[in-house]
Amino acid sequence: MAYITCKDLTLGYQDGIVAEHISFVVKQGDYLCVVGENGAGKSTLIKTLLHLIRPISGELMMEDGISPQEIGYLPQQTVVQRDFPASVWEIVLSGTLTKCGRRPWYGREEKELASKNLERMGMKEFKTRCYRNLSGGQQQRVLLARALCATSKLLLLDEPVTGLDPKATEEFYELLKSLNQEGIAIIMVSHDIRTAVRQASHILHIDKENSFYGTREEYMTHMDENALHTTVQHKTGDDPADGKKGVDISL
Amino acid sequence: MRDMITQLQLYLSYPFVRYVLIVGTLIALCSSMLGVILVLKRFSFIGDGLSHVAFGAMAVASALKLADQTTFIMPVTIIAAILLLRTGQNTKIKGDAAVAMLSVGSLAVGYLVLHKFSASANVSGDVCSTLFGSTAILSLTEKEVWMCVGLSVVVIGVYCLFYNRIFTVTFDENFARATGINTGVYNLLLAVITAVVIVMAMNLVGSLLISALIIFPALSAMRILDNFKGVIIYSAVLSVVCSFSGIILSILESAPVGATIVAVDIAVFFVHYLLGYFLHRT
Repeated sequence: MAYITCKDLTLGYQDGIVAEHISFVVKQGDYLCVVGENGAGKSTLIKTLLHLIRPISGELMMEDGISPQEIGYLPQQTVVQRDFPASVWEIVLSGTLTKCGRRPWYGREEKELASKNLERMGMKEFKTRCYRNLSGGQQQRVLLARALCATSKLLLLDEPVTGLDPKATEEFYELLKSLNQEGIAIIMVSHDIRTAVRQASHILHIDKENSFYGTREEYMTHMDENALHTTVQHKTGDDPADGKKGVDISL
Repeated sequence: MRDMITQLQLYLSYPFVRYVLIVGTLIALCSSMLGVILVLKRFSFIGDGLSHVAFGAMAVASALKLADQTTFIMPVTIIAAILLLRTGQNTKIKGDAAVAMLSVGSLAVGYLVLHKFSASANVSGDVCSTLFGSTAILSLTEKEVWMCVGLSVVVIGVYCLFYNRIFTVTFDENFARATGINTGVYNLLLAVITAVVIVMAMNLVGSLLISALIIFPALSAMRILDNFKGVIIYSAVLSVVCSFSGIILSILESAPVGATIVAVDIAVFFVHYLLGYFLHRT
């Protein structure tokens, strides 16, 4: 059984199509990296997966007891958050909000869940600390703990390492890997094709005309062929920028 | 000192002074709780813009010689609030410019209307008192006081009931939307409450100084506290204390009420600024 199945999805808004022919499957334990150029439709895909916008055509199915609200979402940081006076505890607890239903306040179960996930991220001693005084890596851990409060199955991350230093980036990827090994499916949107290829089990490359979906190995052969193709083209005087792609991912 | 106390006792025996104190503290309470959200959402200027809209609406209402001005001012301000908060969501600069445009525009139109159509002999006096608030607050009727109490109870009730959701939406709107919270409804609620508080506060401090009530206590609290609940409660307390002492001071010194409250707020902010500086250094 798959958590998410997309068949020939067309993404976009009322005023136009952003990306077409997107098909992929996310099962338990999968680690899917979504890569693509700026404006290729990565954030549109995120919004569609979260059911904030409807796909123009195609099928988007969520099964196996997953509802859109049960995706643990880790959005990009906003300006608002940078100087927000909130304690780590308040933020993590806010991840359990969907579990409250119509109740206006958090119950004991929600608090236990938040506490558990805080510990899981190794941030327990930061519980009463202020979010704005933490380092970038620590902030991302807090937001990850919040996302884990909303889900136990599927995480959706939007460019999670933007602005982190190399060490924090490495640690964050390690953390994701260990969560993935615990059985949580991960969908990560990223610029960083190099890491995507190193980390993920599956790759979705969104492109205006021909999007690619397949396992990591399939993607690498696909890109190599493409690189070969573009180098040949390059010799005949085509756009040299494209040729770089092949160099970028060869490990 | 003894003189002051007897003088105060004398003043407090007048119902209108008691009304001012009740209305003043309630408005201070509501506006500071709201202010924390507005400041954090980068909407500090919306208070300023809306108060000018309220001023314009008031000018039109008095030119039309409406008996009950609030029933005209309130809807106009609420609509402006909804429009402004909506543009603010999409693009930063556009929203910013929209506030400035609406703010200056309604100020100018309001003054023009007052100048051309006002029946009163002392136009500049009228304008001055609506901009800086003065006499209106001293002529509050019992009915207005009850209305103010009722609205404050509603505002505070809504705030307490939706506290967790308000926090989640303010901190991270994208995450909130993803977990199935209808953020549009909360932004609408925020717009409506902001408009209501501003119209209420216009009588007290006048339309130019309302932003001060909204932003100063919030900024003071944020300087020294590190959690959201603490900031909300502390800014409410600060705001109530500031405006209570501001009103007392203004009565004793026969100074304008609005400006005195704001001056106290500024002084308190300065103290907190220094406190915050020393707290964060160590």
